[in-house]
Amino acid sequence: MMRAPVRSGFGGVLAGVLLVVFTATAGAAPSGPPIRIGGTLALTGPLAPTALLHKIAGEIYVEELNKGTGLLGRPVEWVLLDDQSKPDVTRSLYEKLITVDKVDLLMGPYATSGILAAMGVAQRYGKVFVHHSFGMPHLAKYEMHFPTAAFGPEPNVTLPTTVYNALAATANSPKTVAIVTSKFPSAQFQSAGARDVAEKRGLKVVLYLEYEFGNRDWGALAARVKDAKPDLLWIGSLGLDSNQLLEAMKKLDYTPPRHFHLFPAPGPLALAPEGKLALSSTVFEEHPPFTSQAGAARLIPLFHERATRANVPYPYVDTQVAGSLAAWQVLDAAVTATKSLDDKVLGQWLRTNKVDTIIGKLHFDGPNNYGEDLFKVKQVHDGKWVVVWPREFAAPGARLLPP
Amino acid sequence: MPSLTLLGQAVVSGLLAGGIYGLLALGLSLSWGLLRLVNLAHFALALLGAYLTYQLGTSLHVPAWLAALAIVPAFFVLGVGFHAVFAYFRVTEFASLLVTFGLAVILESIIQWFWTADYRRYETAYATSSLRVGPLFVPALELLACLTAAGLALATWAWLRFSYVGKALRASAEDPGMAAAFGVNHRRLAFVLSGVSAAYAGIAGAFIALISTLAPAQIWAWLGVVFAVVIIGGLANPIGALLAGLLIGVSESLTMAVVTPAWAPLVSFSVLIVILIARPDRV
Repeated sequence: MMRAPVRSGFGGVLAGVLLVVFTATAGAAPSGPPIRIGGTLALTGPLAPTALLHKIAGEIYVEELNKGTGLLGRPVEWVLLDDQSKPDVTRSLYEKLITVDKVDLLMGPYATSGILAAMGVAQRYGKVFVHHSFGMPHLAKYEMHFPTAAFGPEPNVTLPTTVYNALAATANSPKTVAIVTSKFPSAQFQSAGARDVAEKRGLKVVLYLEYEFGNRDWGALAARVKDAKPDLLWIGSLGLDSNQLLEAMKKLDYTPPRHFHLFPAPGPLALAPEGKLALSSTVFEEHPPFTSQAGAARLIPLFHERATRANVPYPYVDTQVAGSLAAWQVLDAAVTATKSLDDKVLGQWLRTNKVDTIIGKLHFDGPNNYGEDLFKVKQVHDGKWVVVWPREFAAPGARLLPP
Repeated sequence: MPSLTLLGQAVVSGLLAGGIYGLLALGLSLSWGLLRLVNLAHFALALLGAYLTYQLGTSLHVPAWLAALAIVPAFFVLGVGFHAVFAYFRVTEFASLLVTFGLAVILESIIQWFWTADYRRYETAYATSSLRVGPLFVPALELLACLTAAGLALATWAWLRFSYVGKALRASAEDPGMAAAFGVNHRRLAFVLSGVSAAYAGIAGAFIALISTLAPAQIWAWLGVVFAVVIIGGLANPIGALLAGLLIGVSESLTMAVVTPAWAPLVSFSVLIVILIARPDRV
C-alpha cells in the first residue's frame, strides 16, 4: 500500500513521533520473564582467585546484555552458585540448576575437573554446555559442549610446539628442559605432552617431576631444579605454584635461564621480581591485534573498572577473562541467531557456524568440537604480559627477550 | 643418585618447613590436650593474622615485627572471647570439631569478603634473602620462623612444667575433679590457655604473611599435616609438636628430593599410621 505524501506540519510531527516510537521499540529495555542462565564458579576454595575473574567477566556481560535488549528481548538472570572448587559439588549443583532451578541455559564452571563433572550432567539432560577453561580436549566427548578455551584438539602437542618454536627462533635456543608439573589433570596432561614433544625435537629432558595440587614445600623441588641446571624450566603450574617455586629457587640463589608457566596467576607472576621475563601462553592480551577483536573495545574498560573496584591486583583482560567473555559471546550469538532457547537448535547452530568473539573467530566443527589452537606465547615485560610469538601477534615493538 | 648438596638442601628445607608445622601445631596441641577442644578455627586465626600483617604492612607500612606485637595481644583477647562462647555453650570435645569448623568457615568468608579471593603477596626486601652455609642456602625468614617455633615450644614446655598455671592446667586435664578439690579454677585457666593458643596462631600468621602468598582457601592447606604433627608429637606436648613437625618436614622434603614430590603428602599420614599402630594411646 502506498503512503500518501506528507505535506503538512502535522505530517512532520507524526513522522517524528513514529521515529521516536520506532527507536524506542527497537532499543527497548528487556521485558518479560528473565532468561535464566545457570552455572557455578569456584567462589571459595583453592580455585577461587582465578574464578573471581570469571565472575567479574560474567557479571559485566550479563549487565551489558540487560542494558541493551537482553536476550530475545527478555532480561537475563545469571543464577550463579559456589562449587567450592570441588568437582563433586559442581556435579550436584548443575543437577540442581537443571532440575530444581529449571534454568533455561547453562554456563560452564571454572577449570577442567569441574567442567568435566558438569559436562556429564549437561549431557544427561541434553543441555547445550558452553565452557571457558577446559584443558583436556580428548576427554570432552559430549556433542553439545562448546569450549572457548581455544586449545585446539591436541594442546599437549600444539602448545609445547608453539613454545619450543618460539624459543628455537631466539639466539641461544635451549638444549635442555626440566619439567615440573602439578598433578592437576590439565596441567599434568599438557606438561607430559611438553616432555614428549621435547624428546621428539631433540631437547634433552633433564628432569620430569609431578607434585600434588596444593603442594606446600617448594624448597626441595627448587633444589632439584637447581641440581638439574636446565636451559628451560617448564612449570606445569596452577595459580601461585609458579611464584612459590621461583621464590624458593631465588632463596637458593638460583634463577632458571628461561621459565615457562602453564596456568599461572597472571598478576602475581607479572608483578613479582622473580617473574621477570617469565613466559606463558595466552589467547588475549590488551594490545593490538587483540584489542580490535569483537567486543574488546567495549569490554576491556568495563573489566578494568569492575576489577579495580573489586580490589583485583592485576585488573587486565587476559586469557582467563577473555575466555570467559568469549563463552558468553558464544551463548549470546547462538540465542540471538536462532531466536531460540531450545538446546538442540542452539547446539546445531553452534556446530555449523562461526562466532566472532574477543579471542577471535571460534568454530566447533573439529575433533571433539574443538577448532584450532589459538594460543600464543607471552612474556613479562616491565611487569606486564605481552605477546611475543608468533611475531604477527606480538605487541607493537615487542619480541621474545633473552635471559 | 641425588647429590649430597641436593640431599643437604632437602634436609634444610624440610627442617624449616617443619618449623612452620610445629609453630602451627603448638596452639592446636595445647587446646586439644589441655582443654579437650579440637580447634579447627586455629588455622583460620593464623591466616587472619597473616592477612592483618599483610594489611598493616602494605597499607600503613607497619613492619611485620611491629604488626606481630599488635596482633598477639589482640588475638589473645579474641581467643578468650572464643572460649567464652565455647564455655557458655558447654562445647564438648567432639562438638568442638563441628563448632570450630563452622567458625573457620565464617572466618574464611570474612577474609574473602574483605580481601577477596584473589592472591595477596606481602613483598618485602628480605623475603628471598638467605644465609649461605657452605654449598647450602638457608632462607632467612624460614629460619627465623623455625627458631621462633623452637623458642615458643621451649618456653611453653617450661611454663607448663614449672609454673603454677601450667601445673594446674595439666592437673585439670588429667583429673578435673581432683584438681578442683585442690582449688584449681579450671574455667579461669582455660581462658588463659585459649588466649595463648590464639596468640600463637597470630605469631604463625605473621610468618605465613612473610613466607607465603595469601589466599582465603589456604586455611585448609595445613590442616591434614598439622593434625598429623599434633598427634605424632603428643597432645599438650610443645616439644613433641616441634619435633614431630621437623620429622614430617624432613621426611616430606627427602621424599621430594629422592623419590618424587607427588609422594610427599603420603609421608605425614604414613608416619602417623605407623606411630598409631605402635602407640595407640597417642590420642
